[in-house]
Amino acid sequence: MIKNNYKTVMLILMLIFPSNIFGKDILLQSTTSTKNSGFYTYILPIFKEQTGINVKVVAVGTGQAIKNAENCDADLLIVHAKSDEEAFVANGNGIKRHNLMYNDFVIIGPRVDPANISKSKSTEEALNSIFELGYNFISRGDNSGTHKKEKKLWNNAKIDISDYSGKWYKETGSGMGTTLNIASELNAYTLSDRATWITFKNKKNLEVLFHNDKKLFNQYGAILVNPQKCPNTNIEDSKVFLDWLLSKEGQNTIKKYKVNGVQLFYPNAN
Amino acid sequence: MEVFLEAFITAFTLIINFDVSLFEIVGLSFKISVTSLLIASIIGFPIGVFLAITRFTGRSLIITVFNSLMGMPPVVVGLIVYLLVSRSGPLGWLEILYTPYAMILAQLFLILPIIISLSTQIFVELHKEYKDFFVIFSVPPRKSVITYISDSKDSLITIFLAGFGRAVSEVGAVIIVGGNIDHVTRVMTTTIALETSKGDLPLALALGIILLFISLIINLIANRLKIKINKETYE
Repeated sequence: MIKNNYKTVMLILMLIFPSNIFGKDILLQSTTSTKNSGFYTYILPIFKEQTGINVKVVAVGTGQAIKNAENCDADLLIVHAKSDEEAFVANGNGIKRHNLMYNDFVIIGPRVDPANISKSKSTEEALNSIFELGYNFISRGDNSGTHKKEKKLWNNAKIDISDYSGKWYKETGSGMGTTLNIASELNAYTLSDRATWITFKNKKNLEVLFHNDKKLFNQYGAILVNPQKCPNTNIEDSKVFLDWLLSKEGQNTIKKYKVNGVQLFYPNAN
Repeated sequence: MEVFLEAFITAFTLIINFDVSLFEIVGLSFKISVTSLLIASIIGFPIGVFLAITRFTGRSLIITVFNSLMGMPPVVVGLIVYLLVSRSGPLGWLEILYTPYAMILAQLFLILPIIISLSTQIFVELHKEYKDFFVIFSVPPRKSVITYISDSKDSLITIFLAGFGRAVSEVGAVIIVGGNIDHVTRVMTTTIALETSKGDLPLALALGIILLFISLIINLIANRLKIKINKETYE
């Protein structure tokens, strides 16, 4: 009875909102870094032209993306926190984790570089300089892939960062863009993925001060949501999409994406 | 100050160039908020009349609850609706998460308390004036409900505006349940949030200016309508 009424109401609403909601769209949970850099706006139309399959992207932090996928609110997951991705698969939420592409993280800070990190030899040294000076460092603080990476880096540098939260170490609990806005306003240091940084428009006095360290590697993984756990998932089309991304052609398409002449993602599917 | 100037110029260029994606976004905002407003009115006004003209135990408690729900943070509403319509939630079979329908549902939760609370207040006043009259002429309850609603048209417009304003301007709920998906669930406020996070502050502000402009037009129309109704009533 309720379901019958529901159909009538849906029919009326569908006339008002002709978006394809019963179609075979793929629901992709992904990170803000990939979306804000324009990556999906570039690659999805190319894929759609070949297959006719439409991909809808929800961009949130990696932590939330994984949580949403655990609730079956995704067909495919593209995120960047390898150990969490492996746990996601191990718990039966996903089928298999694939390496998709990589780029790197960069430490951003005020051009005058008060902690002088641009001369550092390692990420640990750079973080230690910021720590010794007690200079403002803005953290994502949102359990995203970037935040997890950052915590790991502080850990490597043997600094217990939680002691300084709210002092010179400030956790925004927000996305990369919002965090960069705050860093640019406070003229502070922060860690960002390179793609978001390159496409970010409110740089003000900030620039890349430390990069090109192996520890700053940023690997993106792709996982199909397990249809045995989530029977409503659109496994057929998501598989087509994932296979294409991992194929020679898909990987080449990823390689060709450039912003201001700079390549943002480096394909490395195996 | 430059950013304000740049924002005004951007807003102006977007409008005169008839920017397609802008109109898509504005159109969707509009459709979603108007739909949720209509549904909220159909449900809310009769409840308002009911609460105004009846007396029963717990009535004032219900009114107080609706009053406090008016201040419900949108992000909490978003979270509740998300948990309801998630594929793993009780309404998951509807398959409406990340569609405009989920956004309508969220906005419905946001504005229903406004419609109910404000209309109850208006109908209570009206009821004081009318109740003896209705008793003397033994007007059936159904008829009296219609009379209450049609005789307070100008006040109801104000309620519409308050409800619409809350629906169209909030971002916390619709970004959670809509997902801000390009061409599907991207509305004015989520676009502004997105452009701000990309650091494109002039574009974000330009969109804000357009949103303000639209709400100004709506208020002007509503005002004219109110004046017209008042004239008809007193002439």
